[in-house]
Amino acid sequence: MAADKAGAGTIWVVAETGADGALAKSSTEVATLARTLAEAGGASAAGIVVAADPKAAADELAGYLPRVVAIAEPAADGNAWAQVAAQRVAAFLAGESPAAVLTGAGPDGRDVAGTLVALLERPVLVNATAVTWDGGPSVEMSVFGGKLVTTSAFADGEWGIVTVRPNVVTAEKAGSAGKVEAAKASGELDLPTVKVVDRIEEAAGTLPIEEARIIVAGGRGVGGEDGFKLVEEIAGELGAAVGATRAAVDSGWIPYAQQIGQTGKIVKPQLYLALGISGAIQHKVGMQTAGTIVGVNRDPDAPIAEFADLVVVGDLFEVGKALLAELRSRG
Amino acid sequence: MRIVVLTKPVPDPAAAAERLTSDGRLDRTASPAVINGNDEYVLEAALKLVEAHGGEVTLLSMAPPNGVETMRKGLAMGAHRGVLVSDPALVGSDQWSTIQVLVAALGELEYDLVLAGFDTSDGVGGVVGAAVATRLKLPYLSSAAKIEPDPDKKTVRVRCISPTGFDVLEAPMPALIVGTQLLGEPRYPSLKGIMAARSKEVVTRSVADLGLDPRAVGGGASRTKVTGQQKPLARGATQVVRGTPEEGAKSIVELLASRRLI
Repeated sequence: MAADKAGAGTIWVVAETGADGALAKSSTEVATLARTLAEAGGASAAGIVVAADPKAAADELAGYLPRVVAIAEPAADGNAWAQVAAQRVAAFLAGESPAAVLTGAGPDGRDVAGTLVALLERPVLVNATAVTWDGGPSVEMSVFGGKLVTTSAFADGEWGIVTVRPNVVTAEKAGSAGKVEAAKASGELDLPTVKVVDRIEEAAGTLPIEEARIIVAGGRGVGGEDGFKLVEEIAGELGAAVGATRAAVDSGWIPYAQQIGQTGKIVKPQLYLALGISGAIQHKVGMQTAGTIVGVNRDPDAPIAEFADLVVVGDLFEVGKALLAELRSRG
Repeated sequence: MRIVVLTKPVPDPAAAAERLTSDGRLDRTASPAVINGNDEYVLEAALKLVEAHGGEVTLLSMAPPNGVETMRKGLAMGAHRGVLVSDPALVGSDQWSTIQVLVAALGELEYDLVLAGFDTSDGVGGVVGAAVATRLKLPYLSSAAKIEPDPDKKTVRVRCISPTGFDVLEAPMPALIVGTQLLGEPRYPSLKGIMAARSKEVVTRSVADLGLDPRAVGGGASRTKVTGQQKPLARGATQVVRGTPEEGAKSIVELLASRRLI
């Protein structure tokens, strides 16, 4: 059982790569976290990249970690990636003594984590908003829509898998680049392989909302696609991404990729400007950790008035147009 | 088509009364339970699929005995029957325990598809679906926006959200699919549906019924522990500005400038 105990082993990061083999931004965040934890806990940190051609992503990841293992797996291309990758990671880790395994908590990270839990028969702690090291990971999670923060650990000193929420760690490169070693794909691909029969590229939004420093978002109060033109204009003036509530997405005014909240994305920009958004709990959970929150709303009693820094009571079109003029006059 | 939909009763987020017990478990008496929001999207997709292809939708939940009441709403929406795994031994289950229970419960059912929601509103994990599929060696398709089975060929084609758009995946059935909001707005139960739900069958299964060792699941077997709970840091006070649109706009610009955001 010694190999099952956490301790001064290695904290492993399983990197996520896109269809083009590029490293996901969330993996640079998770790698930064792993390196920080290893420094604090007397453990080492390392990463694993599984892709058809892992070199570029592995080189990039080595900017954040002292050691990166690159596993070339042709089946990672043309098939659903996560389970193919997880099987190779599981086979590799079977010969190691991990102190913990970290992934992002986005769609691919979750799928890798869930598959590793099943293959390696490991416990899991999910959606970490902060992690410290205390003989093993001590994991903060935001539960019940942000109303409570819990701290959890693995029982009995076991090692386990932790998924880390995007945007809770700021990615920072290490002082010097780590070394990349190629490893042979080991084990069998026993799980059913799911083929990708087509890829559909959507016209990419101007700026992905998860990575934006400023987000200008519209809700039901925006009233329609035409209303979103004003939201987009203000966003353009601020160099911001455009976000939306579920109501606006369900009405077909803006794509689902821009949705923020419980069934959309969770974001943490420095500034969140909410136009015609009441701030109901389902939306609030997606943006409540933003640095500065400003709301423009007709209803002074809307829930957003309970957690915004500033609420302007008024018609969002009138205030929005005045804001646009004000911003432009600053040049 | 035989479809099993995994549904989790969760504390109603709208009631905002959730809390944990002193030992870090969900206090299920504190808040009314509802079907997890993301589970309703996959249930809606399942109902549409059996309307188009014929068949039956079975709800599967692991919950306390009053989980039956939550399940009635899913039955009222049109699901045909329910299986509730309920056992005092399951109190305090972690994900590992939940996975084992769902795997055992699915082992007793026949299905072409198992559908699960993207994540749950209480824990926001989203890892159970992949783990269950892995244990059962089912093809696993996640982040589904559209599900198109071909019952004759026994395959399913799924449009999945990707970072750059959509990937269209294809797999043989049976398969496990994790679905998203893009599957479409869940229906409201009709009065007729609510009446019909009262007489629909809900089978309750215990840990022993599923052939599991009660010591291997639940709180006693939990491999994770909650070591603390605290309120999140409070945000500062809210400044409320009423006045002309120009005054409102000025106050926004002043705040942003003072915080070096513009």
